[in-house]
Amino acid sequence: MASLNLLLLVCFGYVALLFGVAFAADRMAAKGRSTWLRSPLVYTLSLSIYCTAWTFYGAVGYAARSGLEFVTIYLGPTLVMVGWWWGLRKLVRIGRSQRITSIADLLSSRYGKSNVLAIGVTILAVIGVTPYISLQLQSITLSFSIFAEADPTRGYHEDSSVIWVAAGLAVFAILFGTRNLDANERHHGVVMAIALEAVVKLVALLAVGIFVVWGLSGGVAGTLARIDASPIGHWRVDGGRWTAITFLAAAAFVCLPRMFQVMVVENDDERHLRTAAWAFPFYLLLMSLFVVPIAAVGLDLMPAWENPDLFVLTVPLSQGREGLAMLSFIGGFSSATSMVIVAAMALSTMLSNHVVMPIWLSSRKQGASQSGDVRKVVLLARRVAIGGIMALGVLYFQLSGGGAALAAIGLISFAGVAQILPALVGGLYWRGATRTGALAGLGIGFAIWLFSLLLPGLGNGLLSSKVMAEGLFGLGWLRPHALFGIEGLDPIVHCVLWSLTLNTMVFCIVSLASFPSPLERLQGAQFVNIYDHSAGPRGWTGSVAQSEDLMVMTQRILGAKDARALFQREAALQGGRGHLPEPTPAFLERLERQLAGSVGAATAHAMIGQIVGGSSVSVQDLLAVADESAQMLEYSSKLEAQSAELSRTAGKLREANEKLTQISLQKDAFLSQVSHELRTPMTSIRAFSEILRDTEGLSQEEKRRYAAIIHDEAVRLTRLLNDLLDLSVLESGQVSLNVSSGPLSQVLDHAVSSALPGDGRALTIHRNREGEEMTLRSDLDRLAQVFINLIANAQKYCDADKPELRIETRVEHDRLLVDFIDNGSGVPVDSQALVFEKFARVGAEKAGGAGLGLAISREIMERLGGDIRYLPGQGGGAFRVVLPGRGKMAAE
Amino acid sequence: MGRSVLLIEDEPNIIEAIRFLLTRDGWEVDTHSDGTDAVEKVRAGRPDLVILDMMLPGRSGMDILRDLRGIDDLKTLPVLMLTARGQARDREMAEKAGVSRFMTKPFSNAEVMTAVRDLVAQASKS
Amino acid sequence: MSEGAGEPPGAKVVFLERQSYRRRRLMDAARLLPLLGAGLFLVPLLWPEAEGGPEGEAVTMSSAFLYVFGCWAALIAAAAVFGLSARHWGRSEGMGGQGRD
Repeated sequence: MASLNLLLLVCFGYVALLFGVAFAADRMAAKGRSTWLRSPLVYTLSLSIYCTAWTFYGAVGYAARSGLEFVTIYLGPTLVMVGWWWGLRKLVRIGRSQRITSIADLLSSRYGKSNVLAIGVTILAVIGVTPYISLQLQSITLSFSIFAEADPTRGYHEDSSVIWVAAGLAVFAILFGTRNLDANERHHGVVMAIALEAVVKLVALLAVGIFVVWGLSGGVAGTLARIDASPIGHWRVDGGRWTAITFLAAAAFVCLPRMFQVMVVENDDERHLRTAAWAFPFYLLLMSLFVVPIAAVGLDLMPAWENPDLFVLTVPLSQGREGLAMLSFIGGFSSATSMVIVAAMALSTMLSNHVVMPIWLSSRKQGASQSGDVRKVVLLARRVAIGGIMALGVLYFQLSGGGAALAAIGLISFAGVAQILPALVGGLYWRGATRTGALAGLGIGFAIWLFSLLLPGLGNGLLSSKVMAEGLFGLGWLRPHALFGIEGLDPIVHCVLWSLTLNTMVFCIVSLASFPSPLERLQGAQFVNIYDHSAGPRGWTGSVAQSEDLMVMTQRILGAKDARALFQREAALQGGRGHLPEPTPAFLERLERQLAGSVGAATAHAMIGQIVGGSSVSVQDLLAVADESAQMLEYSSKLEAQSAELSRTAGKLREANEKLTQISLQKDAFLSQVSHELRTPMTSIRAFSEILRDTEGLSQEEKRRYAAIIHDEAVRLTRLLNDLLDLSVLESGQVSLNVSSGPLSQVLDHAVSSALPGDGRALTIHRNREGEEMTLRSDLDRLAQVFINLIANAQKYCDADKPELRIETRVEHDRLLVDFIDNGSGVPVDSQALVFEKFARVGAEKAGGAGLGLAISREIMERLGGDIRYLPGQGGGAFRVVLPGRGKMAAE
Repeated sequence: MGRSVLLIEDEPNIIEAIRFLLTRDGWEVDTHSDGTDAVEKVRAGRPDLVILDMMLPGRSGMDILRDLRGIDDLKTLPVLMLTARGQARDREMAEKAGVSRFMTKPFSNAEVMTAVRDLVAQASKS
Repeated sequence: MSEGAGEPPGAKVVFLERQSYRRRRLMDAARLLPLLGAGLFLVPLLWPEAEGGPEGEAVTMSSAFLYVFGCWAALIAAAAVFGLSARHWGRSEGMGGQGRD
C-alpha cells in the first residue's frame, strides 16, 4: 500500500511538472514562438476544465445512484458545441473585438458599461461557484483519505488537509494566473498546464475503464451483461430531470466564469471553435464512456457502505492495482486543480476589475494618472481575491459538512450560474434588452435559486425546518421546494423551472418597459450586430496635450514597456511624427479596449474619460463606477457632452454652408458676368446679320460696314472665350510652364510690337535699354502675355492728350522689378483693389476687352512665382511686375 | 400717337442696330449711354417709349426704372427693358419695378419692333 | 474560334456555383445538427420505465447505453465531417458561410 508520504511526493512532483510546463509555455509565448500553443487542439483540451473532479469521481457515483442520468451533464455542452455556429461564434467574436475579460465584463459592457451589473454578476458568480470549488477540495481530501485509511503510519485530519489543499491551489493560481497583467488576459502558461491535465485525467479514467472492462469483466459483451445484471440494469430516468439537467448543463457551460475564461478570453482564433465543435464533445464522450461500466462493476464488487463517488479509486485498490489507483488519483487531482485554478483566476479578475478597482479609484483624491501604480494594485487585488475565494470554498465545505453527494453540489452551482443566461442571450440577440431588465431578471432568478436550492442545500440551521415545511413567513406558497404551491417536483427541476422562467419573464418585461441609456443602445447595437462592424464607434475626442497623460496612465496599468510599445505602434499607424500618437477617437477606443483588458470596461472608460474629458466623466464621477446614482450622473454628463459635440458639429456645418453660399454667390456673379460679356457681342452680331438678311436696298457701303461690325464682334467673342479658357486653365493649376532663357529686352520688344499694332492710338513708349540687358529664365511667352496686357491697357485707358508709357526695370533684393507707368490719370483709389478681379473694368470706356486681362496676368505671375500689383502715387496708371530671383540669371 | 423712342444703351454697335431698325420703321430715335443722368434725359425728352439696358455705366437700368415709376406722369410710360445677364431673378425684379416688357439679349429684330409698336399702341389707347 | 475560347470559363462558372450551392446547403445541415441531437436525446424519454411495469418490459441499461452513446458518436462524427470540410473550403474560398447569418 502506498504510503501517504509517497502520495504527497507524487502530488508535489506532479505540481512541479505543471509549473515547468506552464513556465516553459509562458517563455515560448513571450518569445513569440507560440504557434502550436495556439493550436485548436490546445484550445479543445483547455475546454476540458468543464470536466472537474465532479466528472472524475462524481460521474461514477452519479451513475451508481441514478443510472444514465449523469450523461445529461455532458449532452448539454455537446449540443452547445455542435451548435457553435449559433451562439459560441458570436460570443467569441464579441469577446475578442471588445476585449472582454470575464462574463461579468461582457454583461457590463453590453449594458452600457454598467458596473452595478458587473458587480451583481460577480457576486452571483462567486456565490454560485463557491460550492463547486468546495466540491473540488472535498474530492481531493476524500481521495487522500482513501489512501490514508490504508496507511496506519500517519494520522490524518480531514479538516486540516482541506486547508492545506486550498492553500496549495491558491499559490498555484496566484503564481500563474496573476504573474503578468496582460491586456488580453491570456495566460498561455496556465492554458498549457490545463491542456496537460486534460490529457492526464482522460488517460487515467480510460485506464481505469479499460481495466474494469477487459481486466475484470472479460470484454465488452461480459461488461454489458454485468451492467444489465447490476442494480442500475434498467432504463430508469425522470424525464423532467433529464431535460432540465441537459438544459442546465448547456447553460452553465456558457455561463460558468471559468468556461468563459478558457472559451472566450483565452481564445486565440475564432476558427478554433470549428475544431473544438466536434473534438470537445468527443473528449466528453471518452470521459463518460466507462462511467457506467465502472459504476456497475463497483456496485457489484464493493461493499454497500463504500462511497460510489470514489469507485474510480477504490475498485483498482480493492484489486491490488496500486499503480492504477495512483494514476487514477493523479487524474482526479488534475481535474480538481485545473478547475480550481481557472475558476479562481476568472473570479479574481472579475472581483478586481469590477469591485476592487472602482472602489480603489474612487477612494483616491487625485485622478488615475497621478495615483500610484495601478498595475500593482490590480495584481494585489487579484491575489487577495484568489485567497478569498479559496477561503470561501473551505468555509462552504465546513458549513455543508462535506457530506452531500458530489453531483448534488455541482448541480446547485450550475443552477446558480445559469441565472446569467437570459441576460446573456438577450444581450447578444436582442437590441431592446436593457440594463434595468438584466438587473431585475438576474436579481429575481438569483433570489429564487438562493431560497429554493442553495440555502436548503446547506442543510442544518440556515433554513429552519419550519420554513421548509410551511414556507417563508408561514406562507404556504413560499415553501422552498414547492413555490406557488406546485408540489412533487424534483428540487433541481423545481428551482430551474421557477428561477429561469421568472428570470426570463422579468428580464423581458422590464426591458420592454424601461428605456436604455445612449451608451447602452450603442453597445447593444454593436453586440447584436457584431458581424456587421467588429470595430465599434464610440466617440472619444482629445487634444494633443492629453497624449502624454494617457501615456503616463497606460504605463501604470500595462507596465512601461508594453505601454511604450503600444503608443509607438499607434504613432506609426497614424503616420508617425514623434513617439506620441494623436488622441484620435480610433486610438482612444483601441487604448480603452487595451486597458479594459486589465481593469475592466467600465473602469477603463472612466479612466480615459477622466483624462480626455469632454466626452464623459468628471473627477468625482469616478465614484460612478461603483454606485448607481452616480452612474446616472455619468450618463447625463455624457448626454451633455454629446449635445455639446452636436452643437459644435452644427456650427461647423453652418460655417461650411456659409462658405458654400459665398462661393455659389461668387459663382453666380461670375456666371452672370460671363453671360453678359457673351451676349453683348452676340446681340450685335444677331441684329446686324438679321438686318443684312431682311433689309432690302442696303447700300454697298452700309453692307460693308455692318459686315465689319459683325466681324469685329465675332473677334471680340473669340477673344473673350480664349481669355476665359486661359483663366480657367491658370486657375485650376493645370497649366504647364514652358521655361526657357532669353534676354528681358527681347521679351519687351515682342510685347510692344504685339500690343501696338499700327492702327491704334499713338502711345509713346520710353524704355531703359541698358537696364533690360539681362537674361531671364522663366516662361517667356507667358511673361510676354502679361507685358502685352499692361501695354495694351495703357494704350486703352491712358487719358492723357499725348499718352506715354515708361517701362523701368531694376533689381532689388534679388528680385527683378518691371514697372509700367503711364501719364494718364491712373486708377481711382477706390478701384485699385478691384482691378485684378475678373470683369473689373474701370471707368465708362468700352475698350473691347472683357475685363479679364489683369486677372489673367495675376494668375500668370503667381504661376511664375512672382507678383503683379498696382503702384499708387506714381502720377499715372502704374503697374509693377515682380519676378523672383530664381527667375533671372545674373546680368551679362 | 407719338413716335419718339429714347434708347438708353452703352454698347455702340447695339445702339446702331436698334437705331437703324426703328428709324426705318418710322420712329424718331434719341439715344443716351450713361446711367447717371438717364432719368433727367427722360423727363426732358418726354419720349413715347424708353428702351432701357440693364447694365449701364454709372447707374443700373433697374434703379433708373424704379425712379421713373416714382415720377407721377411717368408711371405709365412704356419701358422696354433689355438685359444680357440671363438671370430669371432679374426678370422678376424688373416686373416688380413696373417694367412694360422685358427682353433678353440677343433678341430678334422683329421681336423688338413688334414690342415697340405694341407698347406704344397700348399706351395711347389707355 | 472565339466561341471555343469563351466556353470553358462559362462552364467553369456554372460548376463553381453549383459547388458553392452545395456548400451552403451543407452549412445549413451543420447548423441543424444541435436540433437533431436534441431530438435524438429526447427519444429515451418515450421508453417504458422500469418502475411502472414488470422488469421485463423495461429497456435494459446496455441497450440504453448503446443508444445514447451511439447517437452521441454519430453527432460528433457529423460535426467533425462538417467541420473538416468547412476548413477545407475556408482555404479555397475564404471562410465559407461567414458572410451572412
